[in-house]
Amino acid sequence: MPDSPARQIRSDPLADLIACPRCDAVQRVADPGPGERVLCLRCDHVLAAPRQSAGKQIIGVSLAVLILAITATTLPFLRISRAGLAHDSSILDAALAFSASPLLMGLSLLLAALIVFIPALRAALSIYVLWPLVRDRAPWPFAATAFRLSEALRPWSMAEVFAIGCAVALIKVTDLARVEFGLAFWIFACLVILVPVQDGLTCRHSVWKSLDPRATRGAGA
Amino acid sequence: MRSARDMGLVGCTRCGRVWPPEQAVCDRCGHHLQSRPRHALQTVWAWWVLGLICYLPANIYPMLITRTLASSSENTIIGGALELARHGNPGIALVILLASVGIPVAKFVVIAALALGVRHGSRMTPARRQQLHEIVEYIGRWSMIDVFVVAILSALVQLGAVVAIRPGPASLYFALSVIFTMFAAMAFDSRLIWDAEARQPAAPGENPDGPPHDALKDPVT
Repeated sequence: MPDSPARQIRSDPLADLIACPRCDAVQRVADPGPGERVLCLRCDHVLAAPRQSAGKQIIGVSLAVLILAITATTLPFLRISRAGLAHDSSILDAALAFSASPLLMGLSLLLAALIVFIPALRAALSIYVLWPLVRDRAPWPFAATAFRLSEALRPWSMAEVFAIGCAVALIKVTDLARVEFGLAFWIFACLVILVPVQDGLTCRHSVWKSLDPRATRGAGA
Repeated sequence: MRSARDMGLVGCTRCGRVWPPEQAVCDRCGHHLQSRPRHALQTVWAWWVLGLICYLPANIYPMLITRTLASSSENTIIGGALELARHGNPGIALVILLASVGIPVAKFVVIAALALGVRHGSRMTPARRQQLHEIVEYIGRWSMIDVFVVAILSALVQLGAVVAIRPGPASLYFALSVIFTMFAAMAFDSRLIWDAEARQPAAPGENPDGPPHDALKDPVT
């Protein structure tokens, strides 16, 4: 860092600019009102899209995702029966299906992460980052790291892909045996709807701006 | 429209904050700053080749091993889809073929085309190429459907001697191929698309906006 941080806090002229993460075009982003969208002037990438009281809504949705993820993993998910034999399986069973052979064990853990742990972790991180911001307090320690991690994990949260996989698997199985849906199946269906809602509500620009120690915060300094 | 690099600055690809060039780590989000990653395209190609190497055995080895009282059968990805189509489920067969063959092949082609386009120029406009990159990043995860189907089937269909399904080795290779191509798509820096454009003389009237220019005169020096 070139200057002493104390002097820079007041006057960092770069703080009002934004470089489009997609095309690197530098532009000044005026503070958009709720419901407005700011697009990159060069590549039309959405730079900011704040919403009215999005923070509270995201916290609500994230809490729901967290609770649903925990319950959906442990309860029975699907149950099949044929010729007097029955077998039920939870989501964790599905993820751990590969653990029979040591080679596929790693794949097993990976699937468990993609289906439940990463969506749940992202929900928890969102709550951690947004809770103090919604209440107009200073961000909690490592909030920026938490939000960065949550953003980096976004492509790896695959609950909705798993849901389509379920549909395909069910159609394949119906020839072989009778299938019943467990409670976890319906819980997971809700989860799949809520995860994209959580992402759609989040305006990254607004979150980063409120986490920036150097930018002048709206209400406070 | 000027990029952060043209202005002698560096933009954070995670949060969009603009920094002076000597800054190594984004002070707002902690993301590693690099105006343009060195060997960016080599990284893309490395993941691309790894993904392709894994994609071949994924199609040769069996994906599913089904054992019933009467028989035992092994299905490759394409074989399984064809069998579904023959048993009166052409729609599902289409979904599987699209997710396991169509999307991966399209991804290999598009990523290669994007990387070659940066090096040798392209007839497509940068905006169109960036759209392609965003599409590839978005649909990459959907290829995991087939792996999830295998996971669900082999967790669920465990009825002792009557019928049991086990995952085949192709499931591991296929999952790895999807993951490696996701890394390839992420390693591709879409800012490179626009750099190549900027090197050519800009079309007249390309630059209607003023703010970035005057805003940046002071902080650089």
